[in-house]
Amino acid sequence: MTTAASSATGLVNGFFEWFGNLGIFSWQVFRAAVTPPFEWRELIRQLDEVGSKSFPLVVMAGSAIGVIISLEARYSLSRFGAKSMFPATLVYSVIQVMGPIITGLVVSGRVGAGIGAELASMKVTEQIDAIEASAINPYRLLAATRILACILMLPLLTLATDACALLTGWFAQTLVEPLSFHQFIQDGFKGSTFSAFMPQTFKTAVYGLIIGLIACFQGMRTRGGAEGVGRAATNSVVLASLFLILADVVLVKFILVVFP
Amino acid sequence: MATAYDIAMKHGDTEKDGGAPVVAVENLHKSFEGLKVLNGISLSVSRGETLAVLGRSGTGKSVLLRLIIGLEKPDSGSIRIHGRNIVGLALDRVGEIRKKMGFLFQHAALYDSLTVAENVAFPLEHHRRDISRSERGDRVKRLLAEVGMEGDFGKMPSDISGGMQKRVGLARALALEPEILLLDEPTAGLDPISSAEIDDLILKLQRERQMASIVVTHDLHSARIIANRLALLDQGNVVIEGAFEDLQQSDIVLVKEFLKLS
Ligand SMILES: Nc1ncnc2c1ncn2[C@@H]1O[C@H](COP(=O)(O)OP(=O)(O)OP(=O)(O)O)[C@@H](O)[C@H]1O
Ligand SMILES: [Mg+2]
Repeated sequence: MTTAASSATGLVNGFFEWFGNLGIFSWQVFRAAVTPPFEWRELIRQLDEVGSKSFPLVVMAGSAIGVIISLEARYSLSRFGAKSMFPATLVYSVIQVMGPIITGLVVSGRVGAGIGAELASMKVTEQIDAIEASAINPYRLLAATRILACILMLPLLTLATDACALLTGWFAQTLVEPLSFHQFIQDGFKGSTFSAFMPQTFKTAVYGLIIGLIACFQGMRTRGGAEGVGRAATNSVVLASLFLILADVVLVKFILVVFP
Repeated sequence: MATAYDIAMKHGDTEKDGGAPVVAVENLHKSFEGLKVLNGISLSVSRGETLAVLGRSGTGKSVLLRLIIGLEKPDSGSIRIHGRNIVGLALDRVGEIRKKMGFLFQHAALYDSLTVAENVAFPLEHHRRDISRSERGDRVKRLLAEVGMEGDFGKMPSDISGGMQKRVGLARALALEPEILLLDEPTAGLDPISSAEIDDLILKLQRERQMASIVVTHDLHSARIIANRLALLDQGNVVIEGAFEDLQQSDIVLVKEFLKLS
């Protein structure tokens, strides 16, 4: 009983300590990011890294999601005799709901783990100390560039996911009931302006912030050899995915209120 | 090797230009989670002087160097660089001071995603944009030649031996032409010939550029050649500090053992 209680307080303390440290870390990164010198070269390298690592994955995930939603939508819509709603349903499900979150989770798995492991191994082999010893701010060189790359790339990757999902979704449908892609798109976006879809796509920048921040934080605070590196990579993915979904609750509500 | 020793002896005589110490730590305390590592250490080095720090494994020699460059914060005490206390200084201010310091990590700590040449070029590319790319390249070549690594430009750190990594680390530490050199076991893991070459290089730097150096070493032979003074640490304190001859004449048991066994 008492051990359970004390381990519970330990957990709560650990939780608040983690958040406190994350806050301090964020502040240090922010301060480093907004003051010169700016690490343009490293930023470009990281944009390329995030983009090229994630692109094939989001293409595959998006394509699969498109087919799944297409199959599900056809089945349920025909049960309610609302088959003409198919394009709009597909467009809505992909762009408003599935595209952003699937992209976020895929990138968090690939890039989150990558950044977490990379920075953790640099930390335990004293490479981050070496950067600091060379009078270079590691928050600016390593963390700020990676976080910014995630923030910038996530919306673009989400657009790629959406495009692939719409394409395969339409393709799966047209095998059963031929429908030109042009017609499909026209029906799908009928009655909704393009700007209605913008907030859902650009909210993924917040996902990018969460993924980059947590992965850099977990990586740069790593201790204890190869085991620590593995732990940092795992924790980066688990925590980033978890916070991403939690943040989505808030973001969805926020977007509904601000962009009714 | 006799030449290196001759140089050291000659150099020791002409050196005494004195002046304020470049690095002065005073009454430094540091503990990690209840483990007391440094217990009120005071040491200093002046321009053109080399201090060798000796001590058993785990006495806090590496921690001392990390404190001096600000990678760790002391619990109490002061660390003065050119008379200025760096304890509690903001990161950017410390950065200005760090540009004047060259640091060799105990395990080299080379950037494993960069080649040997890129590792040495790294500090130059961040701090010496004023010199042209080709000049930076020349300097990298010269630095690598100085540590006997001119043949391994394009290799990755994982493809060279530990001793070679150490030498590249030393070249990187020298890239910004520092006034202060902090070396953590520069000759550990090197063969006797490479060790002697590194000793010669340290002596040459001391002579030509009047650097102030602190060298952590387990190699008494090398310490005797390169250092003007030696300090032996034990249990967080300086047990003895002085020239090699002072250590030889000491009655302290630990000192005797150290000299006997090395
Ligand atoms: N970041 C840290 N956290 C906790 N303990 C540490 C940390 N850094 C060093 N220590 C402890 O401080 C003590 C001194 O370590 P240090 O690396 O300075 O020894 P050393 O004299 O350099 O030994 P060696 O000759 O083996 O390199 C060791 O007991 C070590 O465990
Ligand atoms: Mg050490």
